[in-house]
Amino acid sequence: MSDVLVSVKNLSIHFGGLKAVDNVSFDIHKGEILGLLGPNGAGKTTCFNMISGVYKPSSGQVFLDGVCTNGLPPHKMAAMGVGRTFQVVKPFAGLSVEENVIVALGMPHYGKFASSWRFWNAKPSRDAAMELLKMVGLEKEAQSRAGLLPLGNLRKLEIARAMALKPRLLLLDECFSGLRHEEIQVIEDLIYKIRDTGVSILFIEHNMKVAMSLAEHIVVLDHGRMLAVGIPAEIQKNPAVIEAYLGKGGDSDAA
Amino acid sequence: MFDSYVINVATQIIIQAIAAYGLNIIVGNAGQISLGHAAFVAIGAYSNAMLTTVAGLTFWQALPISLVIVGIVGLLCGLPSLRVHADFLAITTIGINFIVVAVFQYTPFFGGSMGLGGIPSVHMFGHPLRAQGFFLLCVVIMAIVMAICWLFTRSWSGLSCFAIREEETAASSMGVSPVRAKLTAFVLGTMIAGLSGALYAHYMKFISADAFSFPFSVTLLSIIVAGGLGTFWGPLLGAVILGVMPEVFRPLVDYRMFLYAAILLLMIRFMPGGILGGSTMLSIKNLAKRGKTAKGGC
Repeated sequence: MSDVLVSVKNLSIHFGGLKAVDNVSFDIHKGEILGLLGPNGAGKTTCFNMISGVYKPSSGQVFLDGVCTNGLPPHKMAAMGVGRTFQVVKPFAGLSVEENVIVALGMPHYGKFASSWRFWNAKPSRDAAMELLKMVGLEKEAQSRAGLLPLGNLRKLEIARAMALKPRLLLLDECFSGLRHEEIQVIEDLIYKIRDTGVSILFIEHNMKVAMSLAEHIVVLDHGRMLAVGIPAEIQKNPAVIEAYLGKGGDSDAA
Repeated sequence: MFDSYVINVATQIIIQAIAAYGLNIIVGNAGQISLGHAAFVAIGAYSNAMLTTVAGLTFWQALPISLVIVGIVGLLCGLPSLRVHADFLAITTIGINFIVVAVFQYTPFFGGSMGLGGIPSVHMFGHPLRAQGFFLLCVVIMAIVMAICWLFTRSWSGLSCFAIREEETAASSMGVSPVRAKLTAFVLGTMIAGLSGALYAHYMKFISADAFSFPFSVTLLSIIVAGGLGTFWGPLLGAVILGVMPEVFRPLVDYRMFLYAAILLLMIRFMPGGILGGSTMLSIKNLAKRGKTAKGGC
C-alpha cells in the first residue's frame, strides 16, 4: 500500500471569518477504504466538496495521482476519475433509473463537440447502464422514474451513477444515513466489491459502528481541524476522539 | 383548397409554433426560464429583412447569415445570463427583450418606429410563393425544426440538458459542464427563434419592433406551458390552441387577455405540466406506454 492516489496537503477553507476546514492533511492509497469521521459541523462535507471541485480551497492543495487539482470545476474532476454521492440524495428525479446512469456514462462525450451530437439512447450505453444497475441490485427498477424510488434504492443509484464514471476515487457522503440495518449490510458489501476492483474509497459516516467495521484507516475532524488519524482500533481508544463525540465525562451512548 | 382566411391563420400558427419549439429547448429541455424569446425572433426577422431589402439578397441567401447572426447574439446574451438562476434569469431575459426592441425601434438604420417595409416574397424554383405555397413552406420548415428537436433530445448534448434541468449539482459531478449545456440549448433555441422571425418577416412583408415586444415572449411561453413543457408535440398543440382560440372567440375580443390569464391560472392550478405533460389525463396513457420514463419530457 505504498501507492498514494490522493494526497491532501494542509487543506484550508474560510467562509468569511469561519474556518470550516483548517490545515487538514491525509493520504488515500490505491484501493484503500478511508473513513472521514467527526461530529456535526466538523467540516467533513466541506472537505469532500474541495476534493470534488465544488469549492476552491483557500490554501493547501489536493493532489490526484501527483497532479494538483485545485480550482478544477466538478465536471473536470469527474473526468479525472472522481465520482461522488451526496449526503442529501440528488437523483435526476424526472428521468428513469437507467437514464440517470446513462447521464454519467456520457461523461467522455460532453466535452467534445462532435461526439456530443451522437445518440445516447443506443444499445452500448443501455447495456453498460444495465450492468451497473445489476451490480447495485437495481436492474428491476431500471425503467421506473428515479424520483419514485425509496431512499435505500436512491443511495444505490447514486453509487451506480458514480461508478459509471469509471472512477479512481469514489467519495461517499453518508451513504448509510436513513437506511435500515439490512440495507446497510447490502451497501457495505457493495463497497467492498468496488474496492476489490482497485477503486479507492473515501467515505463520510456518522454511525461509528459502521465506520469502524468498514474503514481501513480513519481520519477524525472536529471544528475543521484534524483530531486523529489511524486504524479503527486506535481511533476507538483515542481520548480526544471520545471527548469530541461524547463530551467531557459524558456517558451518553452516541452511536 | 382553403379560403385565404384559414391559410392566413394557419401560417401564423405555424410560425409561432416554430418559435415555440426553440423556446421549448431552452425552458422545457434545459429548464432555463426565458421571458425574452421574442427578442431573438425580432433579430431573425430584422436580419433577413435588412439582408433582402438593403443588401438585395434572396430569402435563401439571407437565411443562413441571419441564423448565424442570431446564434452569435444568443451566445453573447447567454454567456452572462445563464450564470444566474430562476427569477434572476427571468428578469435578465426580460431585460434583453426590452433592449433589443428599443434598439430596433430607435435606430434609424433599422427603420426606427416606421418599421421596415418592402420585404420581398420568398421565391422557389423561380416563382414567388403565394399564400398556400408559403404555408406549405412553413409546414416543411416546422417539420425540419421538429426533427432537429427530436434528434437533440436523443443526443448526449440533449441528455446533459435534461440532467441540468433535473439537478444541476449532480449533473456537474457526472461530467456535465453546466455553462456548456445551457449555452448549447440557448443558442439552438435562439437560432430556431431566428428562423421563425425570418419567415414572419417574409410573410408580413412589413415588420416593426413593437410586434416583438415583451407580450409576444409571454405568448410564446404560454404556448409551451399550455402544450406541455418539454414534450415533443406540446409547442405545436399550444400554438394551435392559442392561435385558434382568439379566432373562435372573436366576438369576445375585449376579454381576450382576461381569458388568457384565466386559462393560464387554471392550467397552473390543475395541469402544471401542460396538456401533454406531467400527470394530466392525456399523458397518463402516454406514460404507461412509455414505461413511465421521461424521454425528453417531464
